[in-house]
Amino acid sequence: MELQKFTYDNRLSRLFLQATILWGFVGMLVGLTIAFELIFPHMSSGISWLSFGRLRPLHTNAVIFAFVGNGMFTGIYYSTPRLLKTPMYSELLGKIHFWGWQLIIVAAAITLPLGMTVSKEYAELEWPIDIAIAVVWVVFGINLIMTTVKRRVHHIYVAIWFYIATFVTVAVLHIVNSINIPVTLFKSYPIYAGIQDALVQWWYGHNAVAFFLTTPYLGLMYYFVPKAANRPIYSYRLSIIHFWALIFLYIWAGPHHLLYSALPDWAQALGVVFSIMLIAPSWGGMINGLLTLRGAWDKVRESPVLKMFVVGVTAYGMSTFEGPLLSLKSVNAISHFTDWTIAHVHIGALGWNGMLTFGMIYWLVPRLFDTKLYSTKLANTHFWLATTGMLFFAVPLYFAGFTQSLMWKEFTAEGYLKYPNFIETVVQILPMYFLRAFGGTLYLTGVIIMMVNVVKTMRMGKFVATEEDQAPAAHPEKYANEKGHRRIEGKPVLFTILALVVILIGGIVEFVPMFMVKSNVPTIASVQPYTPLELEGRDIYVREGCYNCHSQMIRPFRSEVERYGDYTKAGETVYDHPFQFGSKRTGPDLAREGVKTGPIYKPDSWHYNHFLNPQKMVAQSIMPPYPWIINNSLNTSSTARKIRVMQMLGVPYPEGYADKAVEDLKKQAAGIAQSLRDGGIDVSDDKEVIALIAYIQRLGTDIYKK
Amino acid sequence: MKIVTKTLEGIADIQLFPIIGLILFFTMFVVLLYFVSRMTKNQIDEFGHMPLDNHDDLSTEKIDSYK
Repeated sequence: MELQKFTYDNRLSRLFLQATILWGFVGMLVGLTIAFELIFPHMSSGISWLSFGRLRPLHTNAVIFAFVGNGMFTGIYYSTPRLLKTPMYSELLGKIHFWGWQLIIVAAAITLPLGMTVSKEYAELEWPIDIAIAVVWVVFGINLIMTTVKRRVHHIYVAIWFYIATFVTVAVLHIVNSINIPVTLFKSYPIYAGIQDALVQWWYGHNAVAFFLTTPYLGLMYYFVPKAANRPIYSYRLSIIHFWALIFLYIWAGPHHLLYSALPDWAQALGVVFSIMLIAPSWGGMINGLLTLRGAWDKVRESPVLKMFVVGVTAYGMSTFEGPLLSLKSVNAISHFTDWTIAHVHIGALGWNGMLTFGMIYWLVPRLFDTKLYSTKLANTHFWLATTGMLFFAVPLYFAGFTQSLMWKEFTAEGYLKYPNFIETVVQILPMYFLRAFGGTLYLTGVIIMMVNVVKTMRMGKFVATEEDQAPAAHPEKYANEKGHRRIEGKPVLFTILALVVILIGGIVEFVPMFMVKSNVPTIASVQPYTPLELEGRDIYVREGCYNCHSQMIRPFRSEVERYGDYTKAGETVYDHPFQFGSKRTGPDLAREGVKTGPIYKPDSWHYNHFLNPQKMVAQSIMPPYPWIINNSLNTSSTARKIRVMQMLGVPYPEGYADKAVEDLKKQAAGIAQSLRDGGIDVSDDKEVIALIAYIQRLGTDIYKK
Repeated sequence: MKIVTKTLEGIADIQLFPIIGLILFFTMFVVLLYFVSRMTKNQIDEFGHMPLDNHDDLSTEKIDSYK
């Protein structure tokens, strides 16, 4: 048989590996910073770009796209050529991918703290960066698929299937969720509004977890666990079933993020059913990973790589059991909007993604540098710090979630809320926030130890830029008569299209009725578009990331209606581009904040003083101060354009209204500022705080208009 | 776009959509089980060993040498 010689280029794997470590450190450091900000709200010292609302999106984006993203690319660029017995299709495309991706991360690290955000979770980046992501992602996809096309083996190993599904689905998710109409270079409005925007966002958000944090890492698991254990995967048959079942089911489950919301019941039920079904393929994958180590458990005791893989895969099993559990309506009624969600995602991120990445790094670095690991002892120390750090992080937050939720729901014998003051429920869980920050510190310390170990190992060895290999030439004609799945495996482009069809079915079934059947979003005649001042105020609310701590979605529970006012209706959100439901209540819900007869109404002067110094109004508050909103003048240069974009999106402002929008804005601002001055607050008409107060006082009021 | 919207608004029994989805999944799953069960042991062994085929694979030695 004719053997062909070729080389694997390790340079891209090394670049991505270094980026993984660097951004992992940065992302986690930002996470730790905001964990401390929740305990010490004045830590941001009145500096806008250090405030929780702006840094939290930076933390999530950095961990997901910079740490895990670079981690997956490290593994993909290392394993794909070796599994397909060919170099990557194009080193140039690989370089464009690497530098493009890092540039996007830097752009995110600059724009998010500056408040340039769309406010859709894990999709906060503004439209120019979104376009860059799409371009770089396609570059990666072309390189991946073309490498698959020119491979020397016939069968495409299951890890590559997961990589291909990742490419296809993330492309679809990103594009559909990011369709925005630009107002300026760094401001845009999504074309969807309210509950429809929420459905698209959580279809995206849930599947970002599925296809960015899960499928590529399952691909890595199917490559690196057998490598590290030096034995094949437990059941290859199971891996095939795992793949198709997982990608088919995952895409349907998004609506479980909107249970008890204004989303129609049929869509909620759909999300729940498919979430429960997801346990089967997820656990199939976990079992497959763990059982690969059967007969090799003695190695697990000695090898930090395998130890990390075992904890990683176990964490995957835990979070994929917990996920379906949380999607049950009765459990979700307790868990949603609490720290339980935060604990859940961190079991996934710190456990599954973190541990798998660390294991891969400890396995790869000695090989890329042709040496031994500098210190196994340090690696083991890292393992224990990471494991205990994770527990210190998650367990207190489970307690916090439960405790706070039960306090929110508790009534006295007389039928009143037992804890009507939201702050009482916050104070109760503050010790848990301390423990969480301690857990985060342990975890980050582990990462620093890994950085030392990796740098020392790199210095000990010499980088192996290329590795030679040989394999028989491909003979596709030999397999021309194959049928069924074997035939699909031999045709990567057909395989990619099939994967695309499979993931599109779920999305289409959810979206078509939601967008096309009017009865799903009943209109309410009294709901009117925002005034220009309120619209500007809303954009400040978005810029400051208020949605990170305040929901705008009152669920139809007695405890919530009692605390916040009437539950939120789908028809109230039809002009909300983007929606602001939020997913966590670190502070109270604001959906009916402006309702004068409501249980949580506050006058304008209260809001003014609260933004200036929250602790002055609520002594134990953990909200940071926002002095810049008080001091900044409102920029109205793009107000007219904002109105025009809203009109383009179907918001019914009168024809030509854009031209008189600023005039109206000034009139409304003058009224609010005057009332504040009457109350003894020295403020001019043109400050940002006036717009924000206008927006907040508008919240939830429409349905009470006659 | 209005034509599409109007046509789709008239869809009767939209609640059947999830049922159709479930049937699609079930069918796909059964077909998949069938194909997987038809794979021979040789094939499975060959595919499963693909990550381990590198002649320079040193995984166990490297791990042991950590000590």
